[in-house]
Amino acid sequence: MSTQTAGQHSSTRASTDTAKLSTHSLGMVFHRSGETIPVLENINLAVADGEFVCLLGPSGCGKSTLLNTMAGFLSPTSGEVRVDNEIVQGPDPRRIFVFQERGVFPWLTVEGNIAFGLANLTRQERDRRIAHYVQMVGLQGFEKAYPSELSGGMKQRLEVARALAVNPDMLLLDEPFGALDSITRLTMRHELLRIWQAERKTIVFVTHDIDEAVQLADRVVVMSARPASIRQIVTIDIPHPRDISSARYLELRDGIFAQIGLAHKI
Amino acid sequence: MWPLVAFALLLAAWHFAVIWTGTKVLPSPLEVKNGLAELLQEHVLWNDIQDSLRRVVIGFGLAALLGIPLGLTLGWYPGANKVVNPVIQILRPISPIAWIPVAILFLGVGDHAATSLIFLGAFFPIVVSCVDGVNNVPSVFRRAGRNFGLSPLQLLGRVVFPAALPQIIVGLRIAFGIAWLVVVAAEMVAVDSGLGYLIIDSRNSGKRYDLVVAAMLLIGIIGLALDFLFRGLERVKSVRWGFRHES
Repeated sequence: MSTQTAGQHSSTRASTDTAKLSTHSLGMVFHRSGETIPVLENINLAVADGEFVCLLGPSGCGKSTLLNTMAGFLSPTSGEVRVDNEIVQGPDPRRIFVFQERGVFPWLTVEGNIAFGLANLTRQERDRRIAHYVQMVGLQGFEKAYPSELSGGMKQRLEVARALAVNPDMLLLDEPFGALDSITRLTMRHELLRIWQAERKTIVFVTHDIDEAVQLADRVVVMSARPASIRQIVTIDIPHPRDISSARYLELRDGIFAQIGLAHKI
Repeated sequence: MWPLVAFALLLAAWHFAVIWTGTKVLPSPLEVKNGLAELLQEHVLWNDIQDSLRRVVIGFGLAALLGIPLGLTLGWYPGANKVVNPVIQILRPISPIAWIPVAILFLGVGDHAATSLIFLGAFFPIVVSCVDGVNNVPSVFRRAGRNFGLSPLQLLGRVVFPAALPQIIVGLRIAFGIAWLVVVAAEMVAVDSGLGYLIIDSRNSGKRYDLVVAAMLLIGIIGLALDFLFRGLERVKSVRWGFRHES
């Protein structure tokens, strides 16, 4: 078994042996109409139990593809993904994927969506969990509402509640707030942090928003353009709640801006 | 309000056209009304309506009962669809009316022939709408379903079917409209009861065009009422998301 740790800039906190989730020399190549397109190259990453990691990179760089291999929806063309030291073979309710938008089932009510993964529980336990997670994401009074009657932010909270209800070890979020307006997005980040601190799930969060990554994550994995590889892993050593005008916050954020090669001026 | 005005204008145009042309063949609206009253008094009308509805319900019901599972299966297994689809596409454009001689040859003159024609008219639209419905289910829903550990059969029942249901309902509604068109034609040839038979019988036994037109109007009104019922189905909350009037 390879114990080689992440790429050359690594500041890996978890060793790959004890990691909750790890990728090992992971590579992905797509074949489209005769062409070979490398998407991911030599990704070595270890995520500790209970850690909040953001995958940050430009649009279309392959970070969503990486998240999909972690979820087990896609098989890497080389290397492997391990969860609890077992190779990921397919999707599993212990790690729930939260989609960018429209992931909730429009034919089910709020209650029905949250109960979707709870078919094996007793009625009593199911009702208890529904009530608990309706409360947690602040959808009280909307239990019988259909998603078409909810706002974008409420739908996203519902999807998080549906994911949490099956008590997974890990949440994989693919730009979950990307389709929301900027005010709702800020509220949602706050809510997600509150839920993470209450439930202590391992979270891998894909975003192309540098501020979002620095506000949320324990560590930010900065990825290059396609084919994506890990450029740098930045540890965000600011305790929550984070002051987003503090010198340390700005220093870390600007460091990532520079790393990605963006002038921090408009 | 305005639709009523349009309807009144149409009746008036019809009325005066009959008077001005002095036709002895075509009835005026009043004569049709009297014809309708006559039909109602003789109590045959209710039997005819019942017979027509029964044939449609049986033919359409069988088409839905067989067509929905077949369509879901073909949508679910693209390989199977590739094999079967060409056959469906060849059979689909053949008007059910064209099947009349074949239906009578196999099933004789009678209810079975009529019902089988309705079945043929409704079956293909239902199958095709189910195949399309399954194919159009967003991959996000399938992946979410798999993520929660559903078996393939559970995935079909709990995700793919409800996600495809709005499109399936549209297909059912179109198929039901076709079934109502076909029943009239089938009854003119294959049986001796029903609204289609009433039309052809009124003409053959004494050129009673007032009864012919009365029966035509009834067919239109009943068809409209049935379509209304289907539209009601589209407003059921668990499928309403799939229709355009819900943003």
